[in-house]
Amino acid sequence: MEYVLIFITAIFVNNIVLSQFLGICPFLGVSKKVSTASGMGAAVTFVLVLATIVTYLIQHYVLDPNHLGYLQTIAFILVIAALVQMVEIILKKVSPSLYQALGVFLPLITTNCCILGVAILVIQKDYNLLQGIVYSFSTALGFALAMIVFAGLREQLQRFSRVPKAFDGMPIALVTAGLLAMAFMGFSGVDNGLSRLFGLN
Amino acid sequence: MKVLINGIVKENPTFVLLLGMCPTLGTTSSAINGMSMGLATMFVLILSNFIISLIKNLVPDMVRIPSYIVVIASLVTILQMVMQAYVPDIYATLGLFIPLIVVNCIILGRAEAFAAKNNPVASIFDGIGIGIGFTLALTLLGAVRELLGTGAIFGVTLWGESYGMLMFVLAPGAFIALGFLIAIVNKLRKA
Repeated sequence: MEYVLIFITAIFVNNIVLSQFLGICPFLGVSKKVSTASGMGAAVTFVLVLATIVTYLIQHYVLDPNHLGYLQTIAFILVIAALVQMVEIILKKVSPSLYQALGVFLPLITTNCCILGVAILVIQKDYNLLQGIVYSFSTALGFALAMIVFAGLREQLQRFSRVPKAFDGMPIALVTAGLLAMAFMGFSGVDNGLSRLFGLN
Repeated sequence: MKVLINGIVKENPTFVLLLGMCPTLGTTSSAINGMSMGLATMFVLILSNFIISLIKNLVPDMVRIPSYIVVIASLVTILQMVMQAYVPDIYATLGLFIPLIVVNCIILGRAEAFAAKNNPVASIFDGIGIGIGFTLALTLLGAVRELLGTGAIFGVTLWGESYGMLMFVLAPGAFIALGFLIAIVNKLRKA
């Protein structure tokens, strides 16, 4: 039940983009079309789960035993950069079709702050490995959900509305994102209700 | 001097270049939070610009991005330790966004676009200019959100205790306030 709670909280209540403000760059940058948004969502899901597992192992088996906790930021960013590069190379060899679909998004992911952010959050929240995996997977699903819904909104906006000149482009996208975030605010409190329902503290 | 003004006005990272959106939205729930985040970023930006323009000829072209990232990450670690020691309150409020300065695209962007091509002194001034531009933008956004949300600026209440529009302190207000500010800046730049 604990895992269900982590899952729902990470997707809806504490949505990574709309309430934690991580991963805003791709959220605003590649959300003009639903197809690219879902590609980015898939790529982030893949890398985020992998990165969480690797950084978790590094923190608990390399940094902690040697009292090198202060190297966390440097170690994590290097590991994530190397990992993204490696995933790119492996995908290219093993599954060219998947590479075709995700390839263009992979280099962009290194500077996506939600990867480093989630890796650090998993350590801060003191999750065990399985909890960390569930958390990172559901966070990535939340990211993909927000991306795809937002891209859908922007497609409609492009087609049917006449936007004032000063608002054209980024400003109207930000206001739209604000309204979407407001809709997601409707989920706040769901996590408390659920944990009471499941009898967790 | 020209480099300095350029960073504040013509290439303002937030309102014109639209870079570094995560901390911009995430840490501006009040004017003071926005300002501290801006100053923290400025610290890293000035030093990273300086160091990178010093080492630009020593680093082979192939590995320049990873080495820039290592320089930036080391500076951020120094900043983390200093803030933890001297301003623990601010460090706790900004939380995750301090280590995330590493992946702030403004810093890597300036390293690549300016520091890698210019001398150390010019790079320092570019860092100061962009840093001030970023800090001003964050302080402005923080002030707008704090004023609309709680009726105060820098913690000084202006409109009486009963006023409150919590939405502007929470997530949706960040997006909407920034959207309107950028629209206003667009309008002014055209005029």
